[in-house]
Amino acid sequence: MENKFPQSIEVIELCLLAGKIMLQCGAETYRVEDTMIRIAASLGIPESHSYVTPTGIIFSIDGTEPAKFIRISERTTDLYKVTLVNGVSRKISSGELTSQQALIRLKEIQSADFTFPIYQQIIAASIASGCFLLMFLGQWADFIPALIAGGVGFTCFVYVHRILKVKFFSEFIASFVIGAIAFLFVSLGIGQELDKIIIGSVMPLVPGLLITNAVRDLMAGHLISGLSKGAEAFLTAFAIGTGVAVIIAFF
Amino acid sequence: MIVHVITSFIASAAFGVLFNAPKKSIIKCGLVGMTGWVVYILLVNNEYEAVVASLIAAVVIAVISHIFARIYKTPVIIFSVSGIIPLVPGGLAYDAMRHFVVDDYNVAVQLAAKAFMISGAIAVGLVISEVLYQLILKMKVK
Repeated sequence: MENKFPQSIEVIELCLLAGKIMLQCGAETYRVEDTMIRIAASLGIPESHSYVTPTGIIFSIDGTEPAKFIRISERTTDLYKVTLVNGVSRKISSGELTSQQALIRLKEIQSADFTFPIYQQIIAASIASGCFLLMFLGQWADFIPALIAGGVGFTCFVYVHRILKVKFFSEFIASFVIGAIAFLFVSLGIGQELDKIIIGSVMPLVPGLLITNAVRDLMAGHLISGLSKGAEAFLTAFAIGTGVAVIIAFF
Repeated sequence: MIVHVITSFIASAAFGVLFNAPKKSIIKCGLVGMTGWVVYILLVNNEYEAVVASLIAAVVIAVISHIFARIYKTPVIIFSVSGIIPLVPGGLAYDAMRHFVVDDYNVAVQLAAKAFMISGAIAVGLVISEVLYQLILKMKVK
């Protein structure tokens, strides 16, 4: 009996940790709420309420326990962790994991770093830029310039973000650098079409995940999360646009 | 056409790497993105409007993502996100912005409206397949 109905404080902690990891790694808001309520339900608390926004989670279970709140300040994209937490929640539902085991597992997931090494990410970003150039009907001659511009732009984004911690400014700098490199290639005669090179290289910065999440949240009835994610996506797009616009306006 | 197939596969897979999708799903991300882009290109080449083409491609992507998510027991978002990326109207948005910068507001607003319509179409496509999925689930329960 003791194991089947664990302390409710522990359940709250477990749910909040799961929710925190998922939200920080870019899961949709409704999925976060759903996962938390499912975990609580399978640990013997049928009535629980969670309120998730992109910047914080409030979770309460019926009864005398106070509601708890977690602030989320840093959000990245790490779909692997989302999958892992999803797996843990499945195992809790099927009874394979007790709440203590699940808590240990979640803490492991939280502290671990599963991201690809930076150089692999940069390579991926440059290859993606080159491929996008060809998909948008660019010429083969522009493949290498787009590859380089995209790679350098992404590198700028990652490192500027580490120093400044202001996402919009790092995106602005990155797209500015991309524009500058593309312009340099074209004026040196190596690249042909400035527009195509810039479009291709900017693609790794485009807020695709935010847009899809915003829509799915809006449709699931999470109006606040949907709107604020939409605003974030819009600001990101605006930052990228401004960075490139500065280059075009100057030359 | 072959160039489109290969590049869209590689680009979507590369986005899988950027979003740190599980290593096993990266190839599948590429497949989803490739299918969506091929559908889009085929429709556009057959003189369909870009908005309609984006809508249909988004539905296809979301349906495949749901199927994959069901088979491999992973969240849908992994597949749909990398699949959607190629459809995002980055080129149009760029053109619009470029015209804004050179004070050509008439063309700029037109292009921006079109980019907005395409984003809306992608969103509606995702929603349609979501609704279909929920319907099928409900029918199965009955």
